Amino acid sequence: MSRVSTLRVLIPKFALNFARYESTTVQFTSKKVVTCCVNRKFSSTSPKLKKETVTVYFVDFQGNKQTAKAKVGDSLLDVVVENEIDIDGFGACEGTLACSTCHLIFKKKDFDKLPEKPTDEELDMLDLAYGLKETSRLGCQIIVTKDMDGLEVEIPGGVADAREPS
Amino acid sequence: MNLSPQNWLRMQHYPHFLRKVLRQLGNKSQSRSSSTHKDGNPHICIVGSGPAGFYTAQQLLKGHPSLRVDIFERLPVPFGLVRYGVAPDHPEVKNVINTFTQTANNDRCSFLGNVQVGKDITVTELLKIYSAVVLAYGAAADKLLGIPGENLPNILPARTFVGWYNGLPEDKDLKVNLDTETAVIVGHGNVALDVARILLTPVDILAKTDISDYALEALRKSSLKRVVLVGRRGPLQVAFTIKELREMIKLPECRPVFHKEDFKDLEKIFPDLPRPRKRLTELMHKTCFGPTADDVKLWNEAKKEWELKFRLTPMEVLSSAGQLTGLRCAVNKLEGSNFENQKAVSTDEHIDLPCGLIFRSIGYRSLQIDPAIPFDKKQGVIPNEKGRVTGVPGLYCSGWVGRGPVGVILSTMTDGFDVGKVILKDLAEDHIPNLGRPGFQGAMKILEERGVKMVSFSDWKKIDEHEVQMGEKFGKPREKIADVQNMIKILTHEK
Repeated sequence: MSRVSTLRVLIPKFALNFARYESTTVQFTSKKVVTCCVNRKFSSTSPKLKKETVTVYFVDFQGNKQTAKAKVGDSLLDVVVENEIDIDGFGACEGTLACSTCHLIFKKKDFDKLPEKPTDEELDMLDLAYGLKETSRLGCQIIVTKDMDGLEVEIPGGVADAREPS
Repeated sequence: MNLSPQNWLRMQHYPHFLRKVLRQLGNKSQSRSSSTHKDGNPHICIVGSGPAGFYTAQQLLKGHPSLRVDIFERLPVPFGLVRYGVAPDHPEVKNVINTFTQTANNDRCSFLGNVQVGKDITVTELLKIYSAVVLAYGAAADKLLGIPGENLPNILPARTFVGWYNGLPEDKDLKVNLDTETAVIVGHGNVALDVARILLTPVDILAKTDISDYALEALRKSSLKRVVLVGRRGPLQVAFTIKELREMIKLPECRPVFHKEDFKDLEKIFPDLPRPRKRLTELMHKTCFGPTADDVKLWNEAKKEWELKFRLTPMEVLSSAGQLTGLRCAVNKLEGSNFENQKAVSTDEHIDLPCGLIFRSIGYRSLQIDPAIPFDKKQGVIPNEKGRVTGVPGLYCSGWVGRGPVGVILSTMTDGFDVGKVILKDLAEDHIPNLGRPGFQGAMKILEERGVKMVSFSDWKKIDEHEVQMGEKFGKPREKIADVQNMIKILTHEK
């Protein structure tokens, strides 16, 4: 048993819940969320397909660099989970655009190359992220592509949410 | 055994690996500990099983190889405001329950539900049984408006209304009369928007959520057409966040009513605003001055509406023959140049808002659940420094009870992690007893003697399963049991 499989015990349940809510939720989320969840759902039930992988690096605020194998088509949130990269509280809402805990900071050149620009919904969540930068994105919204091999992303100093006092 | 962070991580997820490490450490501590010690492990008690409790527990378990955590909960069911505060149409926010469940499933973590700390067992007793006690019981009361007529029927705390539609046992019998056209909500925070959204969302959409059946029935018969949200200050001081605002603007069959005079010229200061405030203000401004043709078409067809009103302070509840008829508000002007610190000052002018239902949504406050807990009655919080409760060694607080009731789950997550780290540091530096506390066994002994019917985490799983099954019949993710006795009954039947 590995951490990944432990987590996967939860994923079908979550995917099921998500499918159940999907039609009911008022008007929420971008198409990307659905894609990401569908991927997750199938990753636990379908036979293992040999997916192409690239290498990405996660650098924390102290400069520690962790190497991860990233499957093309997965989100960077999936990559963190699958590679057991230890970031407190990362991905609390499990990739449903309801929090900002999978906040990652890109280098300007990498940020500009990302194929899809952030949606309003992603920006809404990023607004609440701790240590927000111009090149911030949510990991759950970034889908790994072949040309991301060698990509280096920064994990902000704290996974926090800066909603204002009410 | 190398106790690197990687190994901690492995231990959390590899039960056999964990047992191996525990065995080794157990041997070590046995040889170290003297005969007076019950076992070699610190025992920590957490009071409250909401996000503050669970995130603190998660940090403690991760940061120490043999520490044990017991989570006490007043209700038979866990998760606090994730279950009873998060709106039923926000299921994605409730995904955090998966992480909490993982924490509760840890061999070193126990859930003791249906135990009321302060009544069934005191904080003083807990401090003797455990190495440390963490108060994470949130903010169970709300702030009053303090105006004449506030005690009339149909003037409700937004908090109680939230508890009511979420099936919170103590709020299930709330008397709310929805046979009126206009409701006023006092407050411009996310709770105010949640209440407005639940009141205005087409019932068929709510019917597919885990909203309580009685609330759904009441909302089905509702005559509400209009919800007015009243705030003391202006558009630059609203406390709600952009996600919730965007949701309201896109609410099906409902139109936003914003007044141009409130938003005019605001675009001039956009460049000076920090990004979150800028995007939030831009969205309101755009809704007011530049909606898309599609938006306008939908809004024209809408039968219901919600309205944002600014610079008003409630003065008096208006009534006729004991029936609520409206809310009189003083008109305010804002003083101060920096928008963040601008103050609302009432003028001699006032306006009357006719309505048949009023919610106050101006903030929560915590309660002192045990006289042994130091408490700041004015602020409604436990005085503390970085989570260490002032004047009581071994007593800590986490989340809203110490920080005040602001922010969403994720600010509480950060706080929970921080307080967890503070406790681990105090343990490592011998500021609190590491060893020799009976912990779980000691608490069980007292509670059993007092005849308290405890609910374990596996008991909760039975309740959970039952609720999900009940929900399936109605096409809902779950039908919550809103009665504590009925929760207990399910468990006695199972046994």
